[in-house]
Amino acid sequence: MLIQIKNLTKTYQRLEGAINAVDNLSLDIPRGEFVTITGTSGSGKTTLLLILGGLLQPTTGSLIYNGKEINLHNDNDLATFRSKHVGFVMQSFALIPYLTATENIMIALNVKNKNKHENKKRAIELLEWVGLADRTTHYPKELSAGQQQRVAIARALANNPDLLLADEPTGNLDPGLSEEILTILKEINQKQSTTVVMVTHSPVAAEYGTLRIKLNNGILIN
Amino acid sequence: MTLTELTIKELWHRKSQLISGLLAITLGIGVIVGIRSISVVSEKAVAVNLDNLGANILVLPQAASVDNYYAADIDAPTFSESYVEKIVTSTLPGVDNMSPKLTRRVKIGNENIVLTGILPKSEIASKPIWQSGGLLGNKVNPSCAPKAGAEKTKNIDPKLQRKGIETLASNDCFLGSAVAQKFKLKENGKLTIQGKEFNVVKVLPETGTVDDDRVFANLHEVQALLGTGEQISAIEIMGCCSAISEGLLSKLRNILPDTRITTIGQIVSTQIETNRMMNKISLVFLIIILFVGSISIGNYIWANVNERRKEIGILRMIGYHKKQVYYILILKALIIGIVGGVLGYVLGTLAAIWLGPLFIGIEVSPIYSLLFLSIAISIIISIIGSVIPAYMAGKIEPFSNMQED
Ligand SMILES: Nc1ncnc2c1ncn2[C@@H]1O[C@H](COP(=O)(O)OP(=O)(O)OP(=O)(O)O)[C@@H](O)[C@H]1O
Ligand SMILES: [Mg+2]
Repeated sequence: MLIQIKNLTKTYQRLEGAINAVDNLSLDIPRGEFVTITGTSGSGKTTLLLILGGLLQPTTGSLIYNGKEINLHNDNDLATFRSKHVGFVMQSFALIPYLTATENIMIALNVKNKNKHENKKRAIELLEWVGLADRTTHYPKELSAGQQQRVAIARALANNPDLLLADEPTGNLDPGLSEEILTILKEINQKQSTTVVMVTHSPVAAEYGTLRIKLNNGILIN
Repeated sequence: MTLTELTIKELWHRKSQLISGLLAITLGIGVIVGIRSISVVSEKAVAVNLDNLGANILVLPQAASVDNYYAADIDAPTFSESYVEKIVTSTLPGVDNMSPKLTRRVKIGNENIVLTGILPKSEIASKPIWQSGGLLGNKVNPSCAPKAGAEKTKNIDPKLQRKGIETLASNDCFLGSAVAQKFKLKENGKLTIQGKEFNVVKVLPETGTVDDDRVFANLHEVQALLGTGEQISAIEIMGCCSAISEGLLSKLRNILPDTRITTIGQIVSTQIETNRMMNKISLVFLIIILFVGSISIGNYIWANVNERRKEIGILRMIGYHKKQVYYILILKALIIGIVGGVLGYVLGTLAAIWLGPLFIGIEVSPIYSLLFLSIAISIIISIIGSVIPAYMAGKIEPFSNMQED
């Protein structure tokens, strides 16, 4: 089992009252699965994904990763956890505008490895792998949406994560490009046995899942 | 791509911000360096004047200021050389020695020098009336030690007094060290001033004052060259200390009604006063600049952090720690501080070199040690300014790239 979450709750306190974005949720994710999370808007999909990736601290509950409990309330531990084990692909691509495609990947590699020469070589390999061999020195604004998302995927893979998290990775792309990206994610899942967790609104994308989860009001409904 | 490289790339990426961020700190440091450069030279001049000035009383034209005397302004007023004789014939007690001078700035080629005409002792000696006055060749009279209460002139050590120049032929000259350097002249060299050739008799040791830029020649020769007629710009008098305290100045004023007569003590004390004020001003500026500079750097970094919320979120998302976010922001402030410090130093030094002679009549040269001070101050400013914005940037959530647009 790659991830076990137990009794996870994330409560947002507002003046109007408290909202449980994720409500006492328990879930096991075996290694190597392609997990899809669907549900209505506001059902807590993003919140769950952020907690899984160590980006957001839950109100209560625990996360056991590879048999080890992660301290979800220590900022530094979470940063180290992210850099070692998790890659992120976001709907908005999340690239740094003044860095080239190669540099955007190198800055992620630099978290773990300070060897610039090695990092550059690996960044270019990754770009070749996502089909951007001729776009290595392009800045994000010089790339199409689909190309930007492929750079983001290459960056997510930079440090060989066990877990790839994607929040509506095709949300900003037209159907043709969506399929391209989904195919790449599937390939990552199958060839490198990376566990993929993808939040999506699209029923077509959800078809890719080997483990399909549906949320409603922060609760699992299967 | 390291975080340092990222920081530098980001600086370039937002160039116009960079320039406005630099401006405040550069101007601030520039002002401090400018004031400091001028006041240091001015302080040095006072020290040297105290040591080197042979005379302790100065007779100037009524309309002249003490600054004219130091600056040797082109159009500084003059008065008749006959005043020298007036002093002599009055046989005032306590006048030990005197030296009339005519000083003008002249150009040799493209270089500005100060031409000063002086009367050598031999020529003064040739005037019988002076000999009978017993004025010549007298060293400072030891019997003339200050009476109690007249301590004003105590600091003029007889040993330090400029020795009178015994002879100075009409085509001889003495060179200040800076002039000698400018024209690459040594003793026995030749220097042509406004068409007349002079023999260099001696190169004077460096004093650190305007004297280094002076060429000393025979007074009558200088008067002829400049076409001033029998005019002089000052008489330096070596007066007996006790005589001064007993009212020598007012007696001199009676004989020479249309002149300004001051003691060196007064001159020096006005200059010391000016220096004190400059030091106070630079301290006030320093404090203002520490405040304003820190606030403006803080404001700049704060605006930068807000603009970069997404980007900082991305760095946190891919696994960078809070302290690495602090690093990129403090490094950025530091770079701006160092660059601003260097630019400010250059700006301030250039301004002082340009404005010093223009307004205060002193030549200013760069003070290299101020460079380190400038950098140190601007580093302090940039660190103080960036601490709070960097701390706030650390609070940016690692998922913030998906919250805002
Ligand atoms: N920072 C926040 N403060 C308060 N409430 C929040 C915050 N973030 C999310 N919520 C609330 O938590 C609930 C779940 O939000 P979440 O973003 O996880 O939904 P989602 O399933 O991803 O929705 P969508 O499909 O629209 O992206 C929503 O009701 C939302 O209003
Ligand atoms: Mg969402």
